[in-house]
Amino acid sequence: MDTSRRAFFKGVATAATLSVIPAVAEAREKIVPRADAVGLLYDTTRCVGCKACTVACKKANDLPADTDGYGDGLYDSPEGLNEYTKTVIQLAKSDNETSFVKKQCMHCVDPACVGACMLGAMYKGDFGIVSYDASKCVGCRYCEVACPFGVPKFEWSKKAPKIVKCELCRTRLAKGQKPACTDVCPRDAVIYGTRAELLQDARQRIAANPGKYVQKIYGENELGGTQVLYLSHVPFEDLGFRFSETESVPHVQQSVQHGIYKGFAAPVALYALLGAVMFRNRRQEKEEKNDE
Amino acid sequence: MKEHPTIAKQLARSGVSRRDFITFCGKLMVAAPFGLTITSFLSPEAVAGVVGRAKRPSVIWLHMQDCTGCTETLLRTSQPDLATLLFDIISLDYHETVMAAAGEDAEAALRDAMQQNDGKYVLVVEGSIPTGENGAFLKIANRKGIDLLKDVADHSAAVISMGSCSSWGGVSSSTINPTGAVGVDSIVKNKPVVNLPGCPPNPYVLLATILEYATTGKPPALDALGRPKFAYDRTIHEHCPRRAHFDAGHFAAQFGDEAHRTGACLYKLGCKGPVTHAPCSTRHFNEVVDCWPIGIGHPCVGCTEKDIAFTVPIFSTVEIKGALPPSTYPMTTPEHKGISPIATGVAGVVGGALIGAGLLASKKLSATETPKE
Repeated sequence: MDTSRRAFFKGVATAATLSVIPAVAEAREKIVPRADAVGLLYDTTRCVGCKACTVACKKANDLPADTDGYGDGLYDSPEGLNEYTKTVIQLAKSDNETSFVKKQCMHCVDPACVGACMLGAMYKGDFGIVSYDASKCVGCRYCEVACPFGVPKFEWSKKAPKIVKCELCRTRLAKGQKPACTDVCPRDAVIYGTRAELLQDARQRIAANPGKYVQKIYGENELGGTQVLYLSHVPFEDLGFRFSETESVPHVQQSVQHGIYKGFAAPVALYALLGAVMFRNRRQEKEEKNDE
Repeated sequence: MKEHPTIAKQLARSGVSRRDFITFCGKLMVAAPFGLTITSFLSPEAVAGVVGRAKRPSVIWLHMQDCTGCTETLLRTSQPDLATLLFDIISLDYHETVMAAAGEDAEAALRDAMQQNDGKYVLVVEGSIPTGENGAFLKIANRKGIDLLKDVADHSAAVISMGSCSSWGGVSSSTINPTGAVGVDSIVKNKPVVNLPGCPPNPYVLLATILEYATTGKPPALDALGRPKFAYDRTIHEHCPRRAHFDAGHFAAQFGDEAHRTGACLYKLGCKGPVTHAPCSTRHFNEVVDCWPIGIGHPCVGCTEKDIAFTVPIFSTVEIKGALPPSTYPMTTPEHKGISPIATGVAGVVGGALIGAGLLASKKLSATETPKE
């Protein structure tokens, strides 16, 4: 009897696996950047760490100072992006080199936050800007957890909290202005433009300055591509960019999830398995009673 | 009625060289780089052209409840020197401190000055006006200070409150204010009043205000507290020479310590720079570099601010409004405080003990249950 039961389980497991694998392999169509996608290009070799961008961002978005960090409440000193801070300049220290790095929303081509949001509060808006509609948000914070760059932040201090993230100054863009950070940058370390223009600019900079940059434009392909691009003279891992995969998060996640439910095979297999276990248990019980 | 000649003519008559006048106009441009009509030119020569054409303004200066400190700061102006200032650029027709006459003659001088330029002179008031006990705390030539002020102001073209006392009451109005001291703008309602708070204010700010009035016939643009924007538009902190030390977090902790001697920020010694609107950080006194409180190592006491001066203790720190980033940076990889190996060990021992106790307890339970069956 034991042998036959084992064979039965094996059969069920194999059937389930066989039904899932082809579905996973059958990839969800890759999302490519739209033609009018806009973004930023940040260059670590140009940034002098003056923080004019962070000050301008706070002003443009009417955000309060975050005085909890460094120095007895005298300074606006966020440690990173938070509910009061949509962009921040951080210091990256590696063995022998240092670099500044500006952090803000990467405006992914295929954003994890949009994939995770169940109500469409986080959405790809005009020009591919990852935008937030507070009226649809239920405050589940899935976007915050999903984002591979740790960008969306929840307003823990508020009674009716919203999500705070860079929206590329879309209200300023609508008025014909540039994003506040690019408007004030004294060295053009961060510039605004269409993604295609910025990519071209970045390639030219790498070609014109051999040995100056890491031979990569971060955001060109990483995690399905982002609309904010980075040039760096130090390894991108040191700047805090942990991911170099080219597949986007929703791509992987949706392929797996949609694959599992493909043809309803996995749920059927699961319930069949559970049914079999119940059936076996009941039969065993009966046999025990009969023995007594 | 005595007509005053233009400033240029008067200067030529008294032998002041054009070069000196141009130098003075250059100084004016530095004192008021924006916000004034008379300095809105590209060169001192152009300023000299406009100011030179203006008639010398007649100025009457009244002392109320004061310490004469505002006059002292005027006396210490070296460019232009006092004589040039009084006799050539403005026409200081009555000033109780700088006056040879006494008694009846002094009173006559005031009467004459008022009659000669009736409705045209600029009245500068130094000191607060006592209103308590019917104004009995101050009497000049048998007249109450408040009556004298009302009389002279009624015949003036404009009034300038020189110093914190005449701007809002100053030191004499701080708690408990026994004399009921108030500023000029609480008494004079029918004339434009320009407040130049400060203890003392910068004499160039006074001069620029008077000359602006003499040239354009209008007072300069004022803020909500009646202070000229060209001088009081920003806080000391915004333009402080020690600001870099604030941003870097270099603070003097006490007078004479290493940080204080090396010019660190004075915020923690009670500097009121972050909330004080005044021109001191860009216009030092007496044409001496660094001749102002923060320049010599003393925290700003906020003498131009009604809510701060003579109210908040000198060594109390003030709240920073609209905080800006420091000159430090957060790291890309923040250093989280790790859990010490000892704590891990203790937690392990406690957890292990609990699990062990649980096992023993369950064994006991099953042992007690068995005999029942």
